Amino acid sequence: MTTNRILKKQVTSLKPGTVIQGKFKGNRYTVKGKLGEGAIGAVYLCQGKRQSCALKISEKQTSIVLEVNVLKSLEQVRGNRLGPALLDVDDWVAPNGRTFSFYVMEYVQGMGMRQFFQKHGTSWLGPVMLQLLDDLALLHDSGWVFGDLKVDNLMVSENPPRIRWVDVGGMTQIGRSIKEYTEFYDRGYWGLGTRRAEPSYDLFSVVMVFLDLFYPKQFPRPPKGRAKYLYKRIDQVRALQVYAPVLKKAIVGKYPSANDMKRELRHVLLKQKDNNDGKTLENFGLIEALWIFLVSIFSFVMSIFIG
Amino acid sequence: MKKGTLRQILLLTDGCSNKGENPASVAALAFQQGITVNVIGILDHDESEESHGLQEVEDIALSGGGVSQIVYSEALPQTVQMVTKQAMNQTLQGFVNKELQQILGQNQTMEDLEPETRGEIIEVVEDLGETTDLEVLILLDTSASMHHKLEMVKEALIDLSISLSARVGKNRFSIYSFPGKRKDIQKVLDWTPKLESISSVFPKITSGGITPTGPALREAMYQFGKKSLLRSFRNDDEPDIEEASY
Repeated sequence: MTTNRILKKQVTSLKPGTVIQGKFKGNRYTVKGKLGEGAIGAVYLCQGKRQSCALKISEKQTSIVLEVNVLKSLEQVRGNRLGPALLDVDDWVAPNGRTFSFYVMEYVQGMGMRQFFQKHGTSWLGPVMLQLLDDLALLHDSGWVFGDLKVDNLMVSENPPRIRWVDVGGMTQIGRSIKEYTEFYDRGYWGLGTRRAEPSYDLFSVVMVFLDLFYPKQFPRPPKGRAKYLYKRIDQVRALQVYAPVLKKAIVGKYPSANDMKRELRHVLLKQKDNNDGKTLENFGLIEALWIFLVSIFSFVMSIFIG
Repeated sequence: MKKGTLRQILLLTDGCSNKGENPASVAALAFQQGITVNVIGILDHDESEESHGLQEVEDIALSGGGVSQIVYSEALPQTVQMVTKQAMNQTLQGFVNKELQQILGQNQTMEDLEPETRGEIIEVVEDLGETTDLEVLILLDTSASMHHKLEMVKEALIDLSISLSARVGKNRFSIYSFPGKRKDIQKVLDWTPKLESISSVFPKITSGGITPTGPALREAMYQFGKKSLLRSFRNDDEPDIEEASY
């Protein structure tokens, strides 16, 4: 473990200018800066032959290989817009003789979710939620579950705003046990379901993602009445009030698929429009109908008298 | 094809053994019997990661073919399930590596393979990890200093059960604590597929300053032996493939 700790430190502290060259294919990448680090290695912004790219490197060969496997199977999903595109896979022998595994992917430019909503306002909550559910439906249809769905693993690219996935490390084949998770977003931790990979697992995390946006410090887990506790947390956020009935159903696993949740969410979103600027229109229609009714009665009665 | 069973001892402790044989050498013995020994060292907030007793944690896991991790008690739930799964994959990968060497030659390991080929092999390891049966004996240090850590240990074990019961393969758990009253270890919970009911049976702290980790590990190892023995009496028409393949 001591050596592991040292190796990990080495891989998370690569200096700008370091050249990473593949052992098998020989492609060269120059480190420009660090984009992030997690349980498995670190991600760097690199300059490749032609383009900037994101390079994930780790001392854990197995984990890297597993992520590459996931990215490869995502490429076969229709449209290939789930997750970043995979560009290269190789090993790097560092100057000290240690071997690290890495893969290179398309560099997704965008901003974090918090930053996005601060800049563009909460009117984007609904559309972004729908986009996320759209992508999840596609992913689930191809036999995968996102697993470790959390704010840190999502990004919004602009022009037009579009939600993007940045880390696929937790993706798990449906029916298996969730590979990687974060307690706050994990329904098993909340005692509200199993850790088996199924669509409803991700839908629970979706709700927690949107809660997390409004509770940046998150909140602790009570010993009892956890579903009710989460309901209350949802109710306390004004911006989420419209979506509350849908979010609550997802918390207790009432939606078997992302499409079911999406349908109800869309319904709520459209109804919301009616409520806001549709009120006067609706009343106007009623009065108009009443007038038409009265006039027609009047003319009917008149016609009897005249007749 | 009948798949084998992976056997693990998960030792949860917070310090140094001070009685009986060297736990690392017992762990090596267990490993030879096909039992992996994982160790989680639980820290107090005033202890640093370089604390002396924790070197032993690494040594035991190393000779037991398992994984070790040193954590503060809040991180215990995440760690326990991660260590268990990592150790499973490590063991399985060990088997696969051995097979590979027979096919590719002595000096070839996974690292010498092209990343593409490696991907297919790792996929097989993953498959095995998900579908193979697993037996975990949890060996819990209940010496006085563990006092305020036991609540978190309980949480972590329930969490482990949630994680593992989502697997396709079957699981069996048992819990032993040490030091026992008159013996080296004390049975807390007999082999069971789920751990959710442990709240009622959770062990109480034993007072006194002895921590006989080595002898406790040895006893724990025998608990697998007894069971295999029993099983082989029950189905004598079926050869014990589990023993043979691993």
